[in-house]
Amino acid sequence: MPSKPLKSHKSLTALAIFAAIATFAAPVLAQVKIGVVTSSTGPTALVGISQKNTVPLLPTKIGDLTVEYISRDDASDSTNSVTEIKKLISESNIDALIGPSGSPNAMGVIQFIADAGVPMLAPVGTAAVVLPMTEPKKWVFKTTQNDDIIAKALIGQMVKMKVKTLGVIALNDPYGENWVKVVGELAAKNDIKIVATERFLRTDTSVTAQSLKVLAAAPDAVLIAAAGGPTVLPQTTLFDQGYKGQIFQTHGAALPDFLRLGGKKVEGTILAASLMLVLPEIADSNPSKKMAIDYIAAYEKLNGSKPATFGANVYDAGLLLQKAIPIAAQKAKPGTKEFRAALRDALEQTKELVATQGVYTMTAADHSGFDDRGRELITVRDGNWKLLK
Amino acid sequence: MNFQIAVLLGQDGITNGAIYALLALSIVLVFTVTRVLLIPQGEFVAYGALTMAAIQAGQPSAVAWLVTLLFAASAAVDVALLLMRSERAVPLRWMFAGKLVYPLLMLLAVYKLPLATMAMPLQIALTLALLVPLGPLLYRLVFQPIADAPALVLLIVSIALHVSMVGVGLLVFGPGGASTTPLVDAIIEVGGVRIKAQTLCVIAVALLLIGALYLMFGRTLYGKALRAAAMNRMGARLMGISPVFAGKATFSLAALIGAMSGVLIAPMTTIYYDSGFIISLKGFIGSIIGGLVSYPIAAIGAVVVGLIEAFSAFYASTYKEIIVFTLIIPVLLWLSLTSKHVEDEE
Repeated sequence: MPSKPLKSHKSLTALAIFAAIATFAAPVLAQVKIGVVTSSTGPTALVGISQKNTVPLLPTKIGDLTVEYISRDDASDSTNSVTEIKKLISESNIDALIGPSGSPNAMGVIQFIADAGVPMLAPVGTAAVVLPMTEPKKWVFKTTQNDDIIAKALIGQMVKMKVKTLGVIALNDPYGENWVKVVGELAAKNDIKIVATERFLRTDTSVTAQSLKVLAAAPDAVLIAAAGGPTVLPQTTLFDQGYKGQIFQTHGAALPDFLRLGGKKVEGTILAASLMLVLPEIADSNPSKKMAIDYIAAYEKLNGSKPATFGANVYDAGLLLQKAIPIAAQKAKPGTKEFRAALRDALEQTKELVATQGVYTMTAADHSGFDDRGRELITVRDGNWKLLK
Repeated sequence: MNFQIAVLLGQDGITNGAIYALLALSIVLVFTVTRVLLIPQGEFVAYGALTMAAIQAGQPSAVAWLVTLLFAASAAVDVALLLMRSERAVPLRWMFAGKLVYPLLMLLAVYKLPLATMAMPLQIALTLALLVPLGPLLYRLVFQPIADAPALVLLIVSIALHVSMVGVGLLVFGPGGASTTPLVDAIIEVGGVRIKAQTLCVIAVALLLIGALYLMFGRTLYGKALRAAAMNRMGARLMGISPVFAGKATFSLAALIGAMSGVLIAPMTTIYYDSGFIISLKGFIGSIIGGLVSYPIAAIGAVVVGLIEAFSAFYASTYKEIIVFTLIIPVLLWLSLTSKHVEDEE
């Protein structure tokens, strides 16, 4: 997208002078440096772009401190994430890190940020970055709902709909794998029998065989555990083969692309995701509603398009920092090891922080911090997300 | 497994296999004529599918600008070579006119035509018109200057081209995937078995293209010239067959087959800017089965790959890809044990 041309040389000069002043003036003020690593190119770009575009909306002044964001792109590549993050730590001496966008990328950098003692706010899907809690993972905070919170909602709905048998079609990657595990445990507890578990790849051009296998097992409902565009193909294939049962999706399907690619064939899908998808229907009493509306409005003004929920995960990271930085600043100066440790402790003490996706209450054991207020049951009706009633 | 499931799996396998067969054929074609292992073959598929989707969505595809850019680059190279006088002056005047007029026509077509409401054959024609020139242009800019380099260098350049084409694909088409409306949207019931008309359409087009290639190579002068260049490059050159022409012609065919495959596969699945690689890799297995020389064995091999893929996805979906790619090992063993090694490079 072409940027607006500057009106005259005068404004360009003014900008240059301003930039120069800002550069020289900055070290005088106490300043916090936050590194942001997103995947705005590469296969995870669908997730990363809205995250990168959210960075200008993050708070630039917290208390008396100015905050500088150093944004980097890892091109969806885990090795790049590690390189970028090492550079941010050693060269820019960052106080905290937001990112990276992909689950495998986040898993790969945990040890490095723990060694350097930098708190990381990971806007990723997989619960494995914070669970089970180990020594390095104490430095990781996760700004998305854990899979089990979403899964509980879905299984609850299945019980309500008297589903007895369930088929699962999952992506053959950590995201799908974790879902198979979580759903397996929850289903067993609720007397739901899993009659088929099939895997597919993001790059598959046909999921016909897998869905035939599921169809042959004739389950009451099918859960598709995938993220992004690949959520659509298994469902449209089942539709074409005449499957009549209920289809459930995870929060990985909560993208405009799901509706665009699926069209009529995804009508009636049930999924659980953050309230951002169905904002107009959410009661005003919900504390997150106002936050989410403000975020979406600000994002639209800046970028001219609606943000995906993934962008809100980065926005929430900003809110968490906004609350924790002043507390840490009382203990130490930004840029020091003590400050980073204090920041980590402050993040862990976050209580009842209202954000766009829900309400955070962190504990030493729970670094994701969402409860049931962080998700809604949603269905697809007339090509739109609607609250399931 | 009952009869009906077997039929459905077979149908799925043959449909995908037909696409792989087309790609296998063009990989064999390009390799025999130019010694280039065309890794970016898959990108033509992805570009084809996504361009078609953009046209159906009524959006002016940025591919037109890519074509313009490449035409401009190739014209610039021509001028530079002319100034250096290292290449004999070709009838530049009309070639230049063509290089200017064609991209202009494409830009006009993309911005002025009622893309979304055009008839399907016109949409396909426009997609092909946009993408087929990519083949010869890329050959001109990337491979022609190093046409005599060792096969390994050509392979490395081919991989580099693949990586950059994926990047350009992201830039041009964006990260979201796309699918198109089927060429024919009907389901034929034969004895209780549902067969998608789209499937038949894919197989028919694949057979048609294979038949056309067969006729071209067997009956036409140009086809025979290409075959001669493939058998013995030096000998062909002595007979007055231009290796540059042969290269450009095969790359045009490869782009045509790739883009057509993309148009065929787009209604059945979601294609992303980086989907092409894995599709062409399966075509590549087919062409390996054919020893990178035999067209019919490559085509049959590719269909076998499709069938194995479908059935292994049914029985062991977790290991599907492993099963498909392991297939290459016994084939390579067999080839290395039986082939007579002939060096006819220089």
